[in-house]
Amino acid sequence: MWIAYKTIIVKEILRFSRIWVQTIFPPIITTSLYLLIFGGLMGQRIGVMQGVDYLHFIIPGIILMTVIQNSYANTVSSFFLAKFNHSIEELLVSPVPYWVILLGYISGGVARGLAVGISVLITVYLFVDFEINNFFIAFTTFLLTAILFSLAGFINAVFAQSFDDITIVPTFILMPMTYLGGMFYSVEILPQFWQDVSKFNPIYYMVDSFRLGFFGTSTSDLLTSMSVLIVMIVILAALAFYLLKKGVNIKT
Amino acid sequence: MPVALSIQNLTKTYSNNLVALKGINLNVEQGDFFALLGSNGAGKTTAIGIICGLLNKTSGSVEVLGINQGDQANEVKRLIGLMPQEFNFNPFEPIEEILINQAGYHGITRTDAKKQAEILLKKMQLWDKRSNIAKSLSGGMKRRLMLARALIHQPQILILDEPTAGVDVEIRRSMWAYLKELNANGMTIILTTHYLEEAESLCRNIAILNEGAMIEQTSMKKLLSKANQQVLILENSKKLPQEITANNFNYERLDDYSLQVILGSEVSITEVLQVLSGQGIDINHIRSTQNRLETLFLCLTNKTNKKDFS
Repeated sequence: MWIAYKTIIVKEILRFSRIWVQTIFPPIITTSLYLLIFGGLMGQRIGVMQGVDYLHFIIPGIILMTVIQNSYANTVSSFFLAKFNHSIEELLVSPVPYWVILLGYISGGVARGLAVGISVLITVYLFVDFEINNFFIAFTTFLLTAILFSLAGFINAVFAQSFDDITIVPTFILMPMTYLGGMFYSVEILPQFWQDVSKFNPIYYMVDSFRLGFFGTSTSDLLTSMSVLIVMIVILAALAFYLLKKGVNIKT
Repeated sequence: MPVALSIQNLTKTYSNNLVALKGINLNVEQGDFFALLGSNGAGKTTAIGIICGLLNKTSGSVEVLGINQGDQANEVKRLIGLMPQEFNFNPFEPIEEILINQAGYHGITRTDAKKQAEILLKKMQLWDKRSNIAKSLSGGMKRRLMLARALIHQPQILILDEPTAGVDVEIRRSMWAYLKELNANGMTIILTTHYLEEAESLCRNIAILNEGAMIEQTSMKKLLSKANQQVLILENSKKLPQEITANNFNYERLDDYSLQVILGSEVSITEVLQVLSGQGIDINHIRSTQNRLETLFLCLTNKTNKKDFS
């Protein structure tokens, strides 16, 4: 089982590494532009948010956004393509337990999230001086976020019947949730009603605890944020495993 | 002989209510070279899909070397190598990687997998292309790649679904030779093919599926002995006479130089040639219009007139 798991994850890492121009490089460019426009140009006018100057304030959000997008993109595209070109059958005819297949794909998504996240972190460091207040909290949030969105991408891929289906969720659900989760602002500046609505957005908790790891300030408590993340991971992992074992859209 | 594959009352109904398998029974002995034939849509690929774990069965049981597929699916998967009908690899992956990954899924270390991949790729004449992506291979090469992939974990049972479709004659013959070699070394091989001369040449036992039902399961020899009628084309270098007397066989004049003769069990080709020779017709070339198995297959699956056969 270990060899099978290692094979899947190595295959996944090689897959996104081979196409680094499409996978690793674009987030670096996007991050640089965000920092330049939002942080550098507009940030000077905005000033301070949540006790931190705006240029620094947006760093955790930008990093986490790339982790969310890339973890999701990796599993959704990889698993959907495996379904599309039927290479998923290579795994289905092999004695690989379903949980190993799931773990392999999720690890692939996490690996891409980590690779892109670290690349973006290094890029940010070239523009802005900063220190991470609590590395453990920041890294745990980073990791759990990557796991959660890899699972979400996997579930999207299971249900996807066409290439359109793998872009609809990121465009119409993931992107608004990311932007409305307090990535570029503190939810404290919203009217009370929208502050309450934001608390139903899981991305708010991720960004908030990641920001806590970076600056030591947050708008919700760490326990709530971590609980939301872990509960969501458990629910999505159970659903993904059920779908895979049942063979939904894979076996007839 | 111990049983390699035992299928009992296997049924499959798809979600669109298409009944693909109607309670089929099948036994394949260990070491056999077995043909599973049927027209398009007969249920061959469905049956293979269920055996290999690609499809869910509706009811019935499948046992591979005494192991129940329903209870120990992964144990069964270790024993089987599948070469499917459709190309099912990542076209952008280098071909050596495809084999190494498949070995990895079977728990074979990368070092051992590389050695085994080298042996198989050399055998399939693909070693020079090992770094090429699968997309760049020709149709025949892709088929050989899938055969190599099916063999990478050294299975005890090899299932080949249309293995030589689109493969040129030379490569097909070399694949046949290799399959015979594998079978001679003890590997059980189950073959589906549309090239009936392939089944006739390679397989010792045969089953025929028709519209989801098993209509025949016997030895190739017994099945072929049922064919008591043959259609032959007899060619003469000189122009044939206008009138030909033939009391014990039927014929049809195809052109001025050739006859189509229908031979029943009661008359031999020697007798026909003697009759023709007596009328000054010296046949210098004989060829069969149809493969015997093909004729029988068409008869059994109602694609031709059953009265032609006993």
